[in-house]
Amino acid sequence: MMKATEITQAGIAEKEKKKAQKKQLFRAILYHGSVGLLGFIMIYPILWLFAASLKGPEEIWVNMASLIPKKIVIANYVNGWKGFGNITFTTFYKNSFIFAGIGTLLHVSSSALVAFAFARIKFVGQKFWFGVMLLTLMLPQQVLLIPQYIMFSKLGWVNTFAPLLVPRLFGHPFFIFLMVQFIRGIPKELDDAAEIDGCSRAGLFFRIILPLIQPAIITAGIFSFYWTWGDFMTPLIYLNNPKLYTISLALRTYADPAAATDWGAIFAMSALSLVPVFIIFIMCQKYIIEGISTSGLKG
Amino acid sequence: MKGSSSQDVIGKTVEPSRKRKRHYRHDNLAGYAFLSPWLIGFVLFVFLPIAASFFLAFTKYDILRAPRWVGLANFEKMFTRDLRYWRSVKVTFFYVFTAIPLRLVFALICAMLLNTKRRMVSVYRALYYAPSVVGTSVAVAVMWREVFGKEGLVNYILAGFGIAGPIWLGDPNTAIWTLIVLAAWQFGSPMLIFLAGLKQIPPELYESASIDGADRWRKFLHVTLPMLTSVILFNMVMQMISGFLIFAQAFIVSNGTGAPMDSLLVYALYLYRQAFVTFKMGYSSAMAWVLLLVIAFFTAIVFKSSQYWVFYESEGGE
Repeated sequence: MMKATEITQAGIAEKEKKKAQKKQLFRAILYHGSVGLLGFIMIYPILWLFAASLKGPEEIWVNMASLIPKKIVIANYVNGWKGFGNITFTTFYKNSFIFAGIGTLLHVSSSALVAFAFARIKFVGQKFWFGVMLLTLMLPQQVLLIPQYIMFSKLGWVNTFAPLLVPRLFGHPFFIFLMVQFIRGIPKELDDAAEIDGCSRAGLFFRIILPLIQPAIITAGIFSFYWTWGDFMTPLIYLNNPKLYTISLALRTYADPAAATDWGAIFAMSALSLVPVFIIFIMCQKYIIEGISTSGLKG
Repeated sequence: MKGSSSQDVIGKTVEPSRKRKRHYRHDNLAGYAFLSPWLIGFVLFVFLPIAASFFLAFTKYDILRAPRWVGLANFEKMFTRDLRYWRSVKVTFFYVFTAIPLRLVFALICAMLLNTKRRMVSVYRALYYAPSVVGTSVAVAVMWREVFGKEGLVNYILAGFGIAGPIWLGDPNTAIWTLIVLAAWQFGSPMLIFLAGLKQIPPELYESASIDGADRWRKFLHVTLPMLTSVILFNMVMQMISGFLIFAQAFIVSNGTGAPMDSLLVYALYLYRQAFVTFKMGYSSAMAWVLLLVIAFFTAIVFKSSQYWVFYESEGGE
């Protein structure tokens, strides 16, 4: 009798356990099913763009929702690359890489210098300037746009890269803020030790601080590259010569609905312009996520 | 500043060597030397332009001739006679107060979905963030225009459900929704910030709520939301500001015109057209100042209201 109840009890426990396991499995399936489906919906338009860039003209508007081209048409990329007005996308990519590459380098290096001043040196007016800098973060670009344009056009800088690059010589408040936070986390004892060893201020910055804030520099670099690569308004205002067009301007002209005919090529060039961005995203996801989570950088 | 420097001195009283003392004194020369990149840039590209913009707002100026002082005429025209201006204001407000709440709600829901230790979460996080990576790129705006085209993807899918989709970008009533959906789709950054906020909520709070018999919904209302209020405030302010400034997407989708019937003529686009298409630099400067004041006003309201709804831990519990 005793044994029988024990067995049944054990059986019930076993059953309960199985039930719980089943429930857990069910919940896992439900979670991965719904969250995964939502994730698929999220990237569906991007996948669609890449798929459309490989479809032939007869398929693009017919077999629309499909993500797998029936016949892969590389010609879209070849035709698209030819560009317009005898200027190929080689020129546009070169321009964009100059703008984004040099722009990022300037942005990040000047921001690091300024961050060092705010985080490690004491000087009169430090708090005031830090507050002013944070305030400029809230300032809409539109207020500065017109006087800056007047200034640059009087300097004869319209249709050169100068209006795009020169302002980046002076750092960006977001990156400065990010790096100040980072430098503050580095123990001050390191500064003292370096100074005892006879390290100058500049030496302290270049030999101690700069190598230690590498993660912050990478994060700032990624965002600077993204913003510069995707920037539309500044090139739109300052560059009228198609030879100087960046990718974003070139795409806009190329995809002008009044003139556009070869949609496969337009989609191909659009998709291609996203490739550098996605490569960086996949390689540096950690830095991007940390950058946003800790300082509220906008993506 | 004074407080922190005296603290440093107190901290270093053990070894009052000369060298050390010098280190913690003010070092204005080095400070301003390292600060100079930003400071020069601030004066040249922020301070002087702001001053110039303020002056230009009261002038008529087409770049070719010298600015002519017109007093408040720009503002008078803007507020009383310029119908397109009011259309752009209406479009922008509608966009901000529809798209930004949607984006924040999606961001919060997805952050909560991803706030678990299950497998694959980092993959999902990357998928949800991917649309924001391409953010304001022209490629996405071009794609969006076609996706919402008359025979585009959206209508194709709607047709699959037996719904005849409208001509989204041809109808002034539906055009703005393409931009709103675009904004709602790109909720990645606020989502990551919410996620960071959610991870900071101590699990004990949920445990004690469970002991008190709270269900999921109550836990959300009485633990999650109050603990997230400061993050909500931050996201709300940042997203609201960026919403008021929307430009590139509206430009591409409407091919720079704000058509159909000005339904995509957002404020920044109208400002751009005034400045760089018709070269009314004075009028557009006045518009920029109104924009600045409107943004400052709404930011101030949000901050002011935050004392009633943002929960700070140091104040004690709820």
